[in-house]
Amino acid sequence: MIELTRDTIDYTALTESVRSDQAGAVVLFLGTVREMTAGRQTAALDYDAYPEMALAKLAELETEARDRWPIIEVAMIHRIGHLELGEVSVAVAVSTPHRPDAFEAARHLIDRLKEIVPIWKKENFTDGTTEWVHPGVEPESNSD
Amino acid sequence: MKLDVRLFAQARDLAGAEHVSVELPDSSTVATLREALAAQFPQLAPLSPNLLIAIGTDYASSETILSPEADIACFPPVSGG
Repeated sequence: MIELTRDTIDYTALTESVRSDQAGAVVLFLGTVREMTAGRQTAALDYDAYPEMALAKLAELETEARDRWPIIEVAMIHRIGHLELGEVSVAVAVSTPHRPDAFEAARHLIDRLKEIVPIWKKENFTDGTTEWVHPGVEPESNSD
Repeated sequence: MKLDVRLFAQARDLAGAEHVSVELPDSSTVATLREALAAQFPQLAPLSPNLLIAIGTDYASSETILSPEADIACFPPVSGG
């Protein structure tokens, strides 16, 4: 199951969706909105996505992972829009017969998601400034 | 040929538009599109060396030949998660 959503991520339901009698292991990864980044305090994040391409890339990641590990079920969901501190921005759940594969596959999926899926976050700092997070680009703060 | 380019994230904010139109000779490459975008939208300069181009749902390389029917998008490095 692959999805982009503007709603709160129900990670309990997501985890249940990958459970199977064939699985001996289920791994759930959650990305959450962190307060401190390099000494600056985050109040909220805004996520933007190129939805058609993001869904296609997530599907590619699923195929890539299924080729590599004996995955029974996999579910990935990313939230877009405005997220407050502590909210869940992304969830990846994987089930496999044995635990090393579930850990490795989940790690691989979230790492690759962060590299290739066209989704972007904008920091809203508590000092009122905002800043797009674009790895490799010198940040340019804007006061909105 | 006239190309419609979708912009995302800071590229969209800096250009002040979700779509921009770029006029290029037929059979131009992605490299030419980059140059044209930089020339036409100088406000994208801080992002220029890092901008990614996608055609359809795939990343395009600099040598990729463009066609007017292509779904073209331009955006800065991704930061999901």
